Amino acid sequence: MGSLLAGCDDAEPAVGEDTKTTVSLRINGEPHEVIVDNRSSLLDLLRERVGLTGTKKGCDQGACGACTVLMDDTRVTSCLTLAVMHDGADIVTIEGLATNGRLHPLQQAFIDEDAFQCGYCTPGQILSGVGCIKEGHTGSAAEIREWMSGNICRCGAYTNIVTAIAKTSTGA
Amino acid sequence: MYPFSFSKATDERSALAAASSGARYIAGGTTLVDLMRETVERPTAIVDINGLPYRSIDLQASRLRIGSLVRMSALAAHPDVRREFPVIAQALELSASAQLRNMASIGGNLMQRPRCLYFRDVSASCNRRTPGSGCAAVNGLNRGHAILGASEQCVATHPSDLAVALVALDAVVITRDGTGERQIPIGQFFRQPGTTPDREHDLRPGELIVAVDVPTGPEMRRSGYLKVRDRESFEFALTSAAVALHIDAGVIRTARVAVGGVGTVPWRLPAVEQALRGHAPGAELWSTAAARAADGAKPLQENGFKVELLKRTVERQLQMVAGQA
Repeated sequence: MGSLLAGCDDAEPAVGEDTKTTVSLRINGEPHEVIVDNRSSLLDLLRERVGLTGTKKGCDQGACGACTVLMDDTRVTSCLTLAVMHDGADIVTIEGLATNGRLHPLQQAFIDEDAFQCGYCTPGQILSGVGCIKEGHTGSAAEIREWMSGNICRCGAYTNIVTAIAKTSTGA
Repeated sequence: MYPFSFSKATDERSALAAASSGARYIAGGTTLVDLMRETVERPTAIVDINGLPYRSIDLQASRLRIGSLVRMSALAAHPDVRREFPVIAQALELSASAQLRNMASIGGNLMQRPRCLYFRDVSASCNRRTPGSGCAAVNGLNRGHAILGASEQCVATHPSDLAVALVALDAVVITRDGTGERQIPIGQFFRQPGTTPDREHDLRPGELIVAVDVPTGPEMRRSGYLKVRDRESFEFALTSAAVALHIDAGVIRTARVAVGGVGTVPWRLPAVEQALRGHAPGAELWSTAAARAADGAKPLQENGFKVELLKRTVERQLQMVAGQA
């Protein structure tokens, strides 16, 4: 059982000890120590090993943005990086954005502005939007669209996504 | 993805040692991880070089030195780069997506592999991936492929925008291996496919890119990058142009022009530069010079449109950089 593509399945074929590595990460403020197959993406570690399935797998090749998380305060696509490269990293996923039971302002804005339909791309859109705001690329709707182009929404909720990010960036 | 062993280099010596025993370097990983998942790349060992001290951006009187592990986003945002080398900042910000630019390194950007769909599909014939297997693109879906520098063996374009800007500016790639340091002019770094399309660059096995130097000059401030593509953002170029001009007393003293999306390597246009040098800027000059942009082009079945598009891209960007658009 297990396939060549699923890098972090416990039922992997035996591949020798030098193809597994222990990784210590801080995820949403909590320390985690995980022994991973070296092939595991950060995305697969989050979903399959830590059980944080809010981060989504869309294309698994960096083209759709559904897997976007914050790593050391910077937005990245978690599918295109190996978990073993990030020992000591601080990761924030959609599960870790709320504080004390209150949604992050951008999460609330997505609800208020109806910025999603099916919801599959939404965790990645929100984490990317948080990064976009931190980077200061929210000066106009056009600037937001350009700097959010790494996140695809096949339902086509872009108009309201841009509004949610614009309003959050100005505190409106 | 095939299994591999993994190590982290703590210094240059350990990185070079790992590579000399066959390990592949990984920095941002945005190309390598993708191609490993497609099984196009099958390294048996990987060495992570992100701990090495190649992260600085240093502008001096004669050159800008860019550490090879600087991220695309960091280089594009750097105030010295934005002010002194706008073509570099623009080429970077027109590349990939914000997330990928946060991950991808400058050294890795130069080492990107082709986006040809047949190269990426292990069931297709591809001389670059599997030498001698043939080229499915020559008579296949080749709308996005090269019109310059191709051979019967391979017609894939080089995907980097940054490299086009660096070729225009005569950057130098600084590398190290066990025998010492080399400074490779970027015009000699990339190899046209010829009969050995699997040899994409001038690096020796295990050689490590540590920095890229870009010379300073009066033309660097007056520079810019234009990228034409099928959609407005997050797409590779159909055509692109990096232009830098030094205009003094109403005459073009220095002209640097290179183009992307059309060549098997980033493509410098000396004939266009020659046509510009010593002349007064103006609409007629842009048109006359840009007419040379596609000299030697050999379009394939589906990409003949690139010939005219390339000339217009160059003409537009000459106007833009001269401030006459």
